[in-house]
Amino acid sequence: MDKYDVKGRIFDIQKFSVHDGPGIRTIVFLKGCALRCKWCCNPESQSFEIQNMTLGGKTKVVGRDVTVREVIDEVLKDRIYFRRSGGGLTLSGGESLLQADFAAALLAAAKENGLTTAIESTGFAPFSTIQKILPHLDYYLMDIKHMNSEKHKKFTTQPNERILENAPKIAERVKLTVRVPVIPGFNDTPEEIRDIATFAKTLTGVTEIHLLPYHRLGADKYAGLGREYELKDILPPTDEHMEMLKSVAESAGLKCQIGG
Amino acid sequence: MNFTIKETERSERIGRLIENLFKKMPEIEADRAVLLTESYKQTENLPIIERRAKAFCHILRNIPITIRDEELIVGSATKVSRGCQTFPEFSYQWLLDEFDTVETRSADPFKISEDTKARLRDAYSYWKGKTSSELAEATMAKETLTAMEHNIFTPGNYFYNGVGHVTVNYGEVLAIGLKGIMAKAEKALSEMCVACEDYIEKSAFLRAVIESLKGAIEYSKRYAVLAREMADKEGNSVRRKELMDIAAACDSALENGAKSFREACQAFWFVQLLIQTESSGHSISPGRFDQYMYPYYKADIEKGAITQEEAQELIDCVWVKLNDFTKVRDAASAEGFAGYSLFQNLIAGGQTKEGLDATNELSFMTIYATMHVALPQPSFSVRVWNGSPHEFLMAAAKLTRLGYGLPAYYNDEVIIPALVSRGLTMEDARDYNIIGCVEPQKSGKTEGWHDAAFFNMCRIMELTFHNGMDKGVQVGPKTGEVTEFTTYEEFFNAYKKQMSYAIRLMVNADNAIDVAHAKRCPLPFLSSMIEDCIGRGKSAQEGGAVYNFTGPQGFGIANMADACYAIKKLVFEEKKFTLADFKNAMDDNFGEGVSDEDATKITTEIVRQLVSGGMEITDNQIAEIFKKAKGAGNGKYAALLEAIEALPKFGNDIMEVDAIAREVAYTYTKPLEKFKNPRGGMFHAGLYPVSANVPLGAQTGATPDGRRAYTPVADGVSPVAGRDVKGPTASANSVSRLDHFIASNGTLFNMKFHPSALKGQSGLESFVALVRGYFDQKGSHMQFNVVSRETLLDAQAHPENYKNLVVRVAGYSALFTTLSKSLQDDIIKRTEQGGF
Repeated sequence: MDKYDVKGRIFDIQKFSVHDGPGIRTIVFLKGCALRCKWCCNPESQSFEIQNMTLGGKTKVVGRDVTVREVIDEVLKDRIYFRRSGGGLTLSGGESLLQADFAAALLAAAKENGLTTAIESTGFAPFSTIQKILPHLDYYLMDIKHMNSEKHKKFTTQPNERILENAPKIAERVKLTVRVPVIPGFNDTPEEIRDIATFAKTLTGVTEIHLLPYHRLGADKYAGLGREYELKDILPPTDEHMEMLKSVAESAGLKCQIGG
Repeated sequence: MNFTIKETERSERIGRLIENLFKKMPEIEADRAVLLTESYKQTENLPIIERRAKAFCHILRNIPITIRDEELIVGSATKVSRGCQTFPEFSYQWLLDEFDTVETRSADPFKISEDTKARLRDAYSYWKGKTSSELAEATMAKETLTAMEHNIFTPGNYFYNGVGHVTVNYGEVLAIGLKGIMAKAEKALSEMCVACEDYIEKSAFLRAVIESLKGAIEYSKRYAVLAREMADKEGNSVRRKELMDIAAACDSALENGAKSFREACQAFWFVQLLIQTESSGHSISPGRFDQYMYPYYKADIEKGAITQEEAQELIDCVWVKLNDFTKVRDAASAEGFAGYSLFQNLIAGGQTKEGLDATNELSFMTIYATMHVALPQPSFSVRVWNGSPHEFLMAAAKLTRLGYGLPAYYNDEVIIPALVSRGLTMEDARDYNIIGCVEPQKSGKTEGWHDAAFFNMCRIMELTFHNGMDKGVQVGPKTGEVTEFTTYEEFFNAYKKQMSYAIRLMVNADNAIDVAHAKRCPLPFLSSMIEDCIGRGKSAQEGGAVYNFTGPQGFGIANMADACYAIKKLVFEEKKFTLADFKNAMDDNFGEGVSDEDATKITTEIVRQLVSGGMEITDNQIAEIFKKAKGAGNGKYAALLEAIEALPKFGNDIMEVDAIAREVAYTYTKPLEKFKNPRGGMFHAGLYPVSANVPLGAQTGATPDGRRAYTPVADGVSPVAGRDVKGPTASANSVSRLDHFIASNGTLFNMKFHPSALKGQSGLESFVALVRGYFDQKGSHMQFNVVSRETLLDAQAHPENYKNLVVRVAGYSALFTTLSKSLQDDIIKRTEQGGF
């Protein structure tokens, strides 16, 4: 099958993203995720099913089936900005690895058109699945949320062993950046951040860690989907706290930035 | 290239100068008008050009002069900072009418004392029937006056004021001084034969040039005398030395040319001040300051005569001075030009005449000066071309991030070929600068008449829907009942016909005003610094310049693109609605109605027109008209509005809509370029509205794109606010699909950002790439409103107007209006704290 004819399910395409990989990027959000992180800012991304979501009194359909050709045509509209900035295509989600063939075809098509490629992913899949996309990938932005598997499972519904096993293998093959969503009450103590940073430091070629402060960007969407937002009483971490965690991460020998 | 330049802090002096600038409210002063009138009364037997020179000199010899505290660069048009003089030779009646409200009005209020009022009343009594505006009005075609009365276009700027909108040859003044220019005029005069057929007029012009240059030199020397007097009384030895340096510069720089960077700054400033004193025009633009000042900077630095810090302080002083004069406009114009702005455009970077990169240390220092003073003047711009140094654009991006809306970015790769297509030589085109808002020209060679009128393309749509009628008067031609059109082409052709007709009338208006300026207000001092006025022996107003243009600007493109697309799609392709549906909806303002106040105004106007047309109107008819003006039947047009809303809009990178926008723009740009002006040049279009899209929108009824009556029209070539929802790249792609070359008087593309989107090195890099990417696709101009807290508050209250506002939320960027209230509050709070 021609890669341009491969079909998949997405729920959004966002242009002029400048904080998720190098340069000006277009993010394609794939639908469906294996994790259910309590803080997730895109709750409409989690289910693979096409859903209705009501925001501001208007109901919209979330999710549509598209071919690689359709997506690439839209992405290439910004080609001139990619060329000027070294930007390109970023896949996000959801978890793109749940539609690995589609993701691989998208990334391959992007490479064929001269774009840089990146993926935001938690790496929660058999490594053989991940191997499908790696040949077409320049940057892997990998979420590592917690080193304690039990706590990881409690907040995301999945254990972390597979993620931690995949991380070194990915790092050996593409440029990997570790990202940590800093969630108060889950992983915002210096010890927890230190543990993640220490692990990240052991990965081949990893020099950078990004700490992404918890925000409430997606809170309204939960109601829009008829769900309850469990973290409604949690406040974003303060700037001072983030700075403190940054210095903890740096003491593990990594460059650290707050935000993507 | 390596630039030996470092970013500097602003000196304490600059802070104090700025503080002093704003200590008092701007005030109207009477001296210029009184002296002008005195002189005019003495010279009624002379040719107008010599009367102008004599009046100019009389003003310069007698107007009070002031050196303000701590100034290094001196010369002030008024006793009080940010004051203004008046210019009754262009028009005065509006100011007489507004004497008692000018101090309390909302836009740009001015203090005016009772003594000033009395002196001005006395002076103005001389001017009845003698102004340029009265002559212009008397010579315009009747149908032109009708179209203006109906707000189809407005040439108000030059109708009531001087033209301004020029960049003189500053470089020549710095190099040879006014004495050098005078020598050229004297030589030309001596070589003329008294028996030549053109001797009478040419010799009068040359005598006027020589006289006004003498007056200018004397004026600069008055400042030298004052500075010495002040130095004698000065107790502080540091300030005494400064005053002596000022005296030395004033004594010689303007007359003989600059021998140092300091003298160059002082001579530059005198030229700027004197042009502004001769005529009331705005947009007198310094242009390529970093180029013509550079030889003096370089020489002083190499000699060790000045440090970078000292030079920077002088530049900063010049920037402060550019904010020291203002202009009083009538109340309505003040709304359109709000902010006391004089649009003195100063541009850095770009190419040399030979096509090499022109960026130098001063290019960076002009950026730093703009950062240091954080004032609206100069209107600071940068030129961008494929060879622009990255570090220069990064420095400019840093300035953008500060959020003053400066600099504006201009694309050499469009503007240079566009100017060449208008007859400039390649060398001259490469040496362009920007006038006022966005209008390119070659300095010292052009009378560009940029900003010649505002042409409201939305009003033409209204005329098209009413077979040329407006408020009971036949304003446009009869192009057919809109309800009878059976194809989109038929409809669009009617629109094109209405456009062409109204454009002809606008040309008539501009040319009438043009002739009036030549006959009543030629400017010998200004003309002496524009090639080839001395050679041709006539003023720039009479066609003395090498290049002559008239550039009126059309606006409303985005509304008209969305409107035409809606009609094409809904009426002729999907056949869901008829043109009658659109007409009814527009007449009823989509069922939304207007305020009682607006409805009363409209009713009064219609009744007045009908009565003056000889009709008798009953009370019942008046009630009917009122009802119609008010609009009725809420919900009646909900289906139509919903269908319009659901359509794709200009600004979202959709080829089909963008193609219509390109055609719509051509309905203005193409007919216009066929016309010529009395100075021997051509008309060419600009596509930008200054800030007039708001007040002129308030004169515009509902349009088929769903825009409600009396609301703002889209600004420049930007998409309609809130309708571009796919982010900055999509918006820029759409706008780049207009033909920016044919709009050689400039296009204006406004984009809104929150400072957060430019955070960090990578934010700046992406920003520069966005500018480069838009310019790669042949966009001409781009400017950025990095929005303030106030804007965010407004966005919270009116999210429909800010759908494309990008903000950075912690590690993410997002559209502001899509965020929850609490998160929006967070961001607003952070903006307040300047926490980025």
